[in-house]
Amino acid sequence: MKTLILTVAFALSAFQAHAAGGPSIPMDHIETDISDQESLQNGLTLYTNYCFGCHSLKYSRYERSANDLGIPNEIFEENLMFGDAKIGQLMDISMPADQAKTWFGNTPPDLTLVARLRGPDWLYNYLRAFYSDPKRPYGVNNVVYKDVGMPHVLAGLQGVCAEAPELGVEPEVDPLSGNIVKSSGCKEFVAEGSLSPEEYDQAIYDIVNYLEYVGEPSRMQSESLGIKVLIFLAFMFVFVYFLNKEYWRGIH
Amino acid sequence: MPKLLTWIDERLPVVQAFEKHMSKYYAPKNFNIFYFFGVLSFVVLANQLLTGIWLTMSYNPSGEGAFASIEYIMRDVEYGWLLRYLHSTGASAFFVVVYLHMFRGLLYGSYKKPRELVWIFGMTIYLALMAEAFMGYLLPWGQMSYWGAQVIVNLFGAIPYIGEDLALWIRGDYLISGITLNRFFALHVVALPIVILALVVLHILALHEVGSNNPDGIDIKKNKDADGIPKDGIPFHPFYTVHDMVGIVVFLFVFCAVVFFFPEMGGYFLEKPNFEPANPLKTPDHIAPVWYFTPFYAILRAVPDAFLGVVAMGAAIAVLFVLPWLDRSPVRSMRYKGNLSKIALLLFVVAFCILGYLGVVVATPERTLWARILTAVYFLYFLLMPVYTSIEKTKPVPERVTMR
Repeated sequence: MKTLILTVAFALSAFQAHAAGGPSIPMDHIETDISDQESLQNGLTLYTNYCFGCHSLKYSRYERSANDLGIPNEIFEENLMFGDAKIGQLMDISMPADQAKTWFGNTPPDLTLVARLRGPDWLYNYLRAFYSDPKRPYGVNNVVYKDVGMPHVLAGLQGVCAEAPELGVEPEVDPLSGNIVKSSGCKEFVAEGSLSPEEYDQAIYDIVNYLEYVGEPSRMQSESLGIKVLIFLAFMFVFVYFLNKEYWRGIH
Repeated sequence: MPKLLTWIDERLPVVQAFEKHMSKYYAPKNFNIFYFFGVLSFVVLANQLLTGIWLTMSYNPSGEGAFASIEYIMRDVEYGWLLRYLHSTGASAFFVVVYLHMFRGLLYGSYKKPRELVWIFGMTIYLALMAEAFMGYLLPWGQMSYWGAQVIVNLFGAIPYIGEDLALWIRGDYLISGITLNRFFALHVVALPIVILALVVLHILALHEVGSNNPDGIDIKKNKDADGIPKDGIPFHPFYTVHDMVGIVVFLFVFCAVVFFFPEMGGYFLEKPNFEPANPLKTPDHIAPVWYFTPFYAILRAVPDAFLGVVAMGAAIAVLFVLPWLDRSPVRSMRYKGNLSKIALLLFVVAFCILGYLGVVVATPERTLWARILTAVYFLYFLLMPVYTSIEKTKPVPERVTMR
């Protein structure tokens, strides 16, 4: 029996190694941390100011974000909500979908689940991948999403990159001088932004972190409850194991 | 006996039923780890029914509202996320335990005389389960739900003459639409659960009529003591109830680890494109069925002709039904069968797993070639079974069961 299992496992692993692989764009990797409330709050603020005009979060409610991110309701209502929206409402937008389509070529998608659809790495790279391209209607193109209809909304923060930025580059430091010789992201700008490249990367990280949170707001609750359930089952195991042993003592 | 029980028992034979199926059902004492997966299928079935009932309370079966109602369950319903993940992980867990349960049958010859009906009822459950899973997968109304259903229903369109009309009849529309969603919902939550429950009852009744097989494939009823109790048998209750509890707790540990910590299981239990609402105008780049269908999907794609592909896929499942009559070996268990049977089963399992992998990934000419070779292996396992089980030399079967 053991031989059978081992042989199957071996055959499968050999095949997996043989068949795996395939081209993909190199990307920078991030570890999101949805327990970092400061990052989430900053992400939500940036999202509200830069993204929320076009991209709804229509499956989630304002109140849930306020509560989970530790923002008092009054402060949230005053600073992070527009028009006559109520805090218990879904985070929908007022831009008409059909008109948006004529403006951008495509209706800007709802982003509630975008982090689960695309993954945080994709978002983190996409938002850092805009560069100047006069042939495009809004003057910018994107390395990760070629010919995307979206303008570079964050140009005021990042500036506009002169050339297609290289992403997924392992940072390399010259051991003698301590200077960075190789790194990911934009090297030269045609227009300056208000943030340094490091600050901009952090801002994008915060937005992506918030999107990761809003994609699955139950994640924190799930993990804290999960630990308790697993501890309970571990105790339960000891109990049933010895119960079984006791009953089976006489069976040979 | 307490008064209430006596009162009931005089009107309904509950004590007799408990004795027949639990406290005086004598099961072989040498069950090993593979014998947990029957009761585990039962645990998962109960999980699916219970969580399913509560999900139905908040789900909206319409093309306009289905996707949003899932997110409503995930966000606004108290513990809705837990119900939903228990149900979605349960679907995959169901196939994990059922595949291992079926493998146990292949390994120890549990399908052989006199358990042919047990096997056939089991296979019918598997068939109903596939229909149940397929229809349930449409309900979240995501991109993969939609296009997966489109691909599978279109398979019926490949049948000559009646195919197009048949596909139209199943969909109730010219493409997958809210109408399809509504009927799949009805079948998923009412019709198929009734069928599955009825079949489970038949599966157990048929099993308890002939008695359980064991890793040695020995008929324990041949060796009885003076009271007519099999010498190698022990009452199912309490011995196997306490025994199964250990297996259930271990299973729940693994199951809950997935539910609470990685319910997407890297995109295999919940596929990423399904986080985008169904859009009939936008076909995803790569449509892959959920992992438990992929071996059959790979067989389908391995055949160049659409209709013959459907036939091959159907045959891959249908051939399992006649398994009891393909095995000509005088012994049941793999422990006493010859090397040919062992090699055949090994090749079959490897072929099935790799076909499963090939059904997930994009087809390339090289992979298609592999799929064809492995499809041949899959069918040869069954078609050559009457030959290799009758020519090989078997080992002598012991009189009594062995404990190892």
